[in-house]
Amino acid sequence: MNARNPSDSGWFVDGLDRERAVERVRTGTAMSPHDWPSIAVESEVVPDRDEYYESLHEITCAAAREAVEEHERADDQQLIHLVRALDDCQRTANELTERVGEWAGSHDATARMETAYLRELAERDADGLVERRLISLAKRVVELETEADELETALERATPEVAPNLSELAGPLLAARLIALAGGLDSLAKKPSGTLQVLGAEDALFAHLKGNASPPKHGIIYTHDAIRGMPREQRGSAARALAGKLTIAARIDYYSGELRPELAEELDDRIERIRARDSQ
Amino acid sequence: MTLPTGVERHSFEGETGLATRGKPVYGEPTDGEWRKWNPHRSKLGALFELGVETNLEGGETVLYLGAASGTTVSHVADFAGPTYAVEFAPRPMRDLLAVADSRPNLFPLLKDARKPVEYAHVVEPVDVIIQDVATRGQARVALENSQFLDTGGILIVAFKARSEDVTESPESVFSRLCSELEEEYEILERERLEPYHADHLGVVARKQ
Repeated sequence: MNARNPSDSGWFVDGLDRERAVERVRTGTAMSPHDWPSIAVESEVVPDRDEYYESLHEITCAAAREAVEEHERADDQQLIHLVRALDDCQRTANELTERVGEWAGSHDATARMETAYLRELAERDADGLVERRLISLAKRVVELETEADELETALERATPEVAPNLSELAGPLLAARLIALAGGLDSLAKKPSGTLQVLGAEDALFAHLKGNASPPKHGIIYTHDAIRGMPREQRGSAARALAGKLTIAARIDYYSGELRPELAEELDDRIERIRARDSQ
Repeated sequence: MTLPTGVERHSFEGETGLATRGKPVYGEPTDGEWRKWNPHRSKLGALFELGVETNLEGGETVLYLGAASGTTVSHVADFAGPTYAVEFAPRPMRDLLAVADSRPNLFPLLKDARKPVEYAHVVEPVDVIIQDVATRGQARVALENSQFLDTGGILIVAFKARSEDVTESPESVFSRLCSELEEEYEILERERLEPYHADHLGVVARKQ
């Protein structure tokens, strides 16, 4: 057995208070295992081993239940709300940035319609009734942008929980957008790859079906590096390959939920081959 | 081969099968306090059914890696001592929690078996590790968790060929996994789990 690492402490180090012990089970670490039951008895956390195991059962069950419930709240519908809230905040912040920029131009010759200027403006002291409103509005726009950043961070954390493979292949933001366009992970998982390929390009698709336009090569997946970084004549092939892998990823996420790192490698190989075809 | 204390053969609806004593969890048939252990749904059950010597006696402290919904681990907790059950996926963990409710010696942990540092503050050194994780790098998982065993401690593992490589032949996957295992373990038994589980290998090994 390993000698006890002095920096290691057991899950009961903060005492057996339920909330703190659950937190410790969930987030604690140790370099190596130790005879925790004996240590707990020796340090008089518990009177004997029977009581140790009784507490351990209660706390590990509570910790696992808490983690499971958190996971179940982080469902695909929450992702859809997050991504729509993010889009609304960004669009509104852009509109208001223009409004404030235009307004400030009538007070300040150095005014610009951009975030950096708004941050600067928000720090200024207001002079008079009207200018107070202008600066107050600038502050709110800056706050709205901060909120958008935080929504994006939350999305980056929550998407891999709900759809680990899709998130790995598409990036959390595009993965969440695809789920939102399909209306949920379940309906995305049930769509054929050709549908996923043109999600977000419905206008172009219907124009094509009415017979007066060429078919769209891609929808929202256009934002993926595999397509954006591809020469124009190869984008159709790349979109088809990417949509195929994303469809598989969505199905694994919906039916099993386990991360399969080999999917990302396969996608990279496929994209590299398409790119190589072009340079020949 | 001897069955551990707490595992017996009982008759269920005219057929003899393995059984342990505990609260039923997945609708299995019962004979008084005993409930049937279905080897088609459990790799450890299949090892017993195939007559492989597992070196289990009953009452051991166990670390179970890849507990899933708790089908096998429920039987293990029926005959073993303190049983730590590690499972990474939240969905099966919900079922495992129901299994743990009626088994005070079962400790469920929602953790990644590839990262023992995240549960070494809860799990004590154990007599036996039982491993059934369907991810790539199954031998690596067994090596990283060997720190929970003293020299001479027992590892019982079910390797799934298709989790490593779907194109390679199962036998060549298994020999690669076994030689990787031999970095730290001496292999005592090696048995294919057919007809109960296709393309699986059961291994019993001792920590060196």
